[in-house]
Amino acid sequence: MVKYTISLFSRYNKYIKKYIESSLSRKEGRMLELKEICFSRDNKKILKNINLNIDDNKMIVITGPNGSGKSTLAKIIMGIEKPDSGKIIFNQKDITNFSITERAKIGIGFAFQQPVKFKGLTVKDLIEISSGNSIKVCDACEILSDVGLCAQEYLNREVNGELSGGELKRIEIAMLAAKQSRLTIFDEPEAGIDLWSFNNLISVFENMHDNLKGSIMIISHQERILNIADDIILISDGVVQKHGKKEEILPYLFSKDNLCYKNKCIQSS
Amino acid sequence: MDKIEKALLKQIADLETIPVGAYNIRENGEGIAKNTTANIDIVTKKNKSGIDIIVKANTKNESVHIPVILTNGGFRDLVYNDFYIGENADVVIIAGCGIHNSTCETAEHDGIHSFHIEKGARVRYIEKHYGEGAGVGDRILNPETKINLCENAIMEMESVQIKGVTSTIRKTEANMEKGSRLIISERIMTTENQIAKTIFDVNLNGKDSSVHVASRSVAEDNSVQEFISNVKGNAKCFGHVECDAIIMGNAKVISDPKIEANNIEASLIHEAAIGKIAGEQLIKLMTLGLTEKEAEKQIINGFLK
Ligand SMILES: Nc1ncnc2c1ncn2[C@@H]1O[C@H](COP(=O)(O)OP(=O)(O)O)[C@@H](O)[C@H]1O
Ligand SMILES: [Mg+2]
Repeated sequence: MVKYTISLFSRYNKYIKKYIESSLSRKEGRMLELKEICFSRDNKKILKNINLNIDDNKMIVITGPNGSGKSTLAKIIMGIEKPDSGKIIFNQKDITNFSITERAKIGIGFAFQQPVKFKGLTVKDLIEISSGNSIKVCDACEILSDVGLCAQEYLNREVNGELSGGELKRIEIAMLAAKQSRLTIFDEPEAGIDLWSFNNLISVFENMHDNLKGSIMIISHQERILNIADDIILISDGVVQKHGKKEEILPYLFSKDNLCYKNKCIQSS
Repeated sequence: MDKIEKALLKQIADLETIPVGAYNIRENGEGIAKNTTANIDIVTKKNKSGIDIIVKANTKNESVHIPVILTNGGFRDLVYNDFYIGENADVVIIAGCGIHNSTCETAEHDGIHSFHIEKGARVRYIEKHYGEGAGVGDRILNPETKINLCENAIMEMESVQIKGVTSTIRKTEANMEKGSRLIISERIMTTENQIAKTIFDVNLNGKDSSVHVASRSVAEDNSVQEFISNVKGNAKCFGHVECDAIIMGNAKVISDPKIEANNIEASLIHEAAIGKIAGEQLIKLMTLGLTEKEAEKQIINGFLK
């Protein structure tokens, strides 16, 4: 009897421990950890010992001067570039050696700074592939209209060189909206879509943030995008210079003696 | 009809049942089914193998199916088909050849098609080629298409070689009068040790005639493809040839375009590109969850669509 009680107790104890752990980690909600990431090419140190923790359910904006390594960092998270050293942990799992496909399947998504053109594949094809072939046509249409494209006009268009840069950018965003990843990275989504009212773009991100269980990471120079962030990360010259709540970082970005501001890496709209 | 025959017809002519309108189905060198309509006559040639397809002037919205299937190895089928399309007619012609060769001997179909398209008539011509069968015997298809377009006539030709043809030489020749238009779209895929050669000879003889040739092909494994085109502008005319090939494995692709302007008002363009699948296309699709192989397949299917 005593034995039984002890074993029950220890099982119970284990359960409690697990529960406490999981609720702790839920509270903390760590989604992505980058540990000591280094990346050099052509004798140039592009990323210098990057350490970053990204929490769940967050809207994060990464900003910093051109050439500071923002796109490289995004490619390393997606698995397109391999770091020379360092570790990537996603939802408590070491994914440093995961392929691009594996990372896509466990919930990482990436909208390219320069969208890729495809001779022969249509907008519909790409949205279907993005959704894992599970999307209904009416949902695909809704996504397209969210990014400011008339579905009727675009659904069967080829994603080729006949589309403008802005159209390609919107299709790229639509693909990621269809993919529904736990972590979605957008690399300068605002570039080339100045004609489209900025409010729509912002509400696409806000909707995704509300409806998705996950985090959104936007690489941007736009003040209005910085304004919707929970957290802001400032990268310059391959290092994380600042990482914190929007309320802490924004004043720093706009302070007169900040180099970044002087170099106009922030554009107000 | 047995299963194999039905499957071949589905592949080359998208036919599940007997087609509506005029048709002539040929199997292993013999006509096995034929139908004519009030406006479209099909007459079996007397002096040689083949048929005359005669479409009356002003015939609208009608179609002609003339599929050919070969299910016997060791058989060479040579056929002459002549199409006479009357003034202002507007028809769709679906041709194509499917070979099922389970023997070790060669099965070959050489079709020589001549089109006489009268003033103001319009033809959409769809030709699909397909080979299958477990035998080691070659599956050979050599289609020859001769097109005469009278004043303001229009021909749209879609030529598709889907799979499994060991060797093909396809020749297309066009002579074009005033205001006529020719639009050709070609899709070819070769694998293993297959050989495909395409030759286009277009003579833009009449004022304001125009041709547009778009060829897309994929060469895999050890296959060899050759694209030869020769567009002659003999009047005020417009010619545009684009050929685009994806090369994979140890394949070889030769593109030999020629444009010849014999009139100061002739405007001719040629664009040719050969290359492997762009790495960034593969990467993009992989970021959407496809494996590299799946991505490759999507890109090729889209490209040849
Ligand atoms: N594969 C590579 N080989 C060589 N240089 C690279 C490579 N990838 C990035 N770089 C260089 O690294 C720097 C940072 O690039 P990038 O990450 O695109 O910056 P950002 O997105 O912040 O503008 C640039 O100077 C760029 O030229
Ligand atoms: Mg960048």
